[in-house]
Amino acid sequence: MTRAAEWQLALPLALAYAAFFLVPLGLLIAVSAFGDERITTLDGAQWRKFLGDPFTWKVIVDTVKLGCFTVAATALIGYPLALVYLGAGPRWQRVILFVVILPLLTSVVVRTFAWIVILGREGVINQAVLWLGLAPAPLRLLQTEQGLVIALTQIEMPIMLLPLLSVMSRMDPNLRDASAGLGASKWRTLFRVTLPLSLPGLVAGCMLVFASATTAFISQFVIGGNRLVYLPLIIWQQSLVVYNWPLASVAALTLLVSVGLGVAAIAAVGRRGRAYAV
Amino acid sequence: MLARRASDLAYSVVIGLLAGLGLLVLVGPVVIVLLTSFTLGRSIKFPPSGLSLQWYRLLFDRVSSSQIHRAALNSVEVALVAMAAATVLATLASVALARRSGRWVRALDTFFMSPMILPMLAFGLAALMYFTFLGFRPSLPLIMIGHTVVVAPFVLRTTSASMSQLDPALLESSASLGAGWLYTFRRVTLPVIAPGIAAGAFLAFVASLDNVPVSLFLAGPRSDMLPIRMWGMMESMLDVRVAAVSGVLIATVLVLMLVMERVVGLTRRLRD
Repeated sequence: MTRAAEWQLALPLALAYAAFFLVPLGLLIAVSAFGDERITTLDGAQWRKFLGDPFTWKVIVDTVKLGCFTVAATALIGYPLALVYLGAGPRWQRVILFVVILPLLTSVVVRTFAWIVILGREGVINQAVLWLGLAPAPLRLLQTEQGLVIALTQIEMPIMLLPLLSVMSRMDPNLRDASAGLGASKWRTLFRVTLPLSLPGLVAGCMLVFASATTAFISQFVIGGNRLVYLPLIIWQQSLVVYNWPLASVAALTLLVSVGLGVAAIAAVGRRGRAYAV
Repeated sequence: MLARRASDLAYSVVIGLLAGLGLLVLVGPVVIVLLTSFTLGRSIKFPPSGLSLQWYRLLFDRVSSSQIHRAALNSVEVALVAMAAATVLATLASVALARRSGRWVRALDTFFMSPMILPMLAFGLAALMYFTFLGFRPSLPLIMIGHTVVVAPFVLRTTSASMSQLDPALLESSASLGAGWLYTFRRVTLPVIAPGIAAGAFLAFVASLDNVPVSLFLAGPRSDMLPIRMWGMMESMLDVRVAAVSGVLIATVLVLMLVMERVVGLTRRLRD
């Protein structure tokens, strides 16, 4: 085989993706256009019904909001950790990397379960609150948006940190030293040197976290309960409980578009930020 | 000068506190689950009311936990097949796309990586409808196909990273010395990219083992998967065996991770 013919090696994966990825997604779009559960009338009625319902828009807004909160929380806690990584010696760098990757490889269901133990009525947080006398009765943390955001912050933290650590480990330390040597304070060095240089990693992390948090069905369902409704719950209910596949497809495509727009928005903010920094 | 020192001190305190919180948040839940699984009590509570191995004993009981064992075996079987299929397909694809540029190559690469960012739940539903229309009922082979699609990007990423470190001059000299393509691939390319492939295969295995959104739609009554079963056990809050299963999973991942770190430098590969 010549070098020119090597591209054919991509064919098996391309064909597998075409047959088992692209065609099913096409089918998803096709089914969403049908108006009835038996998939016989092609009139787009489910789209009209779904998007005409004010409740739908509340769910879409809540889903996007959940993604934004989780992105903000993971960035706020993850970025300082990445800064510490940047300044640490090789040994501590290995420890931090290990601590980030262990939860990444631990099942999402296990991590979700951990937060039930922590946030429950008799959970770790409530015991601490009662012991410190901060509240007279156990706080309700499960089945609240705050509780869910706290849990998702931990669950999504590793995928925020990996791209950040990747960028940080490639950063030229001389630039930070030069900034300090020229008399800039630590804050100034952070905002004028480190942050602009690490922006691509931060943007990549935000995109991954947003996409993951908005679709994290098990975490949303188990910690949020069925009082908090997000798009994944509607997809699950309509497809596997009610068996209304057209409506489930409409909800799935709505989620897909919402996530796509959110990710594109984060990328756009990142580009503007870079333009400002230079 | 004093203001400057105060500002630098404030920087260290703020960053240090937030980073410490980050570390605590990352490690704390894992530790809490591990400790909870050794509880002597009958409910999930932290700190545990005394230590025992009772829930592990119940978990490994062949009769009372047979459903969990079945689900765990299914999950491992699916993960092994999906890992093997994804590794072969994605390694070939990354060899094909390596050191090429142009619009088509970039488009193909984006297409191959798209399952990473696309809501997997949407793909799970799409796959369920697709296979149903083709006349199949939910079963293990369907889950294997679905998982192969969503874990292939992991192998593609790590293998492509290794391919970019391969010196083209090596390939040229091998070819100019009369070696055929396959011989060059086996003796030159493969040894260089093998650690990347191994790291990707490991990630693919873990991702498949952990997958919920695809299994949720493609698993039937006879093809129960471990994460789905654990979800069911969590819904009925009393089952402390979830903690024991979690303990086993954490220990397994920890051991595998340490082995992979030794063999292929896993964490470094994940970072780069």
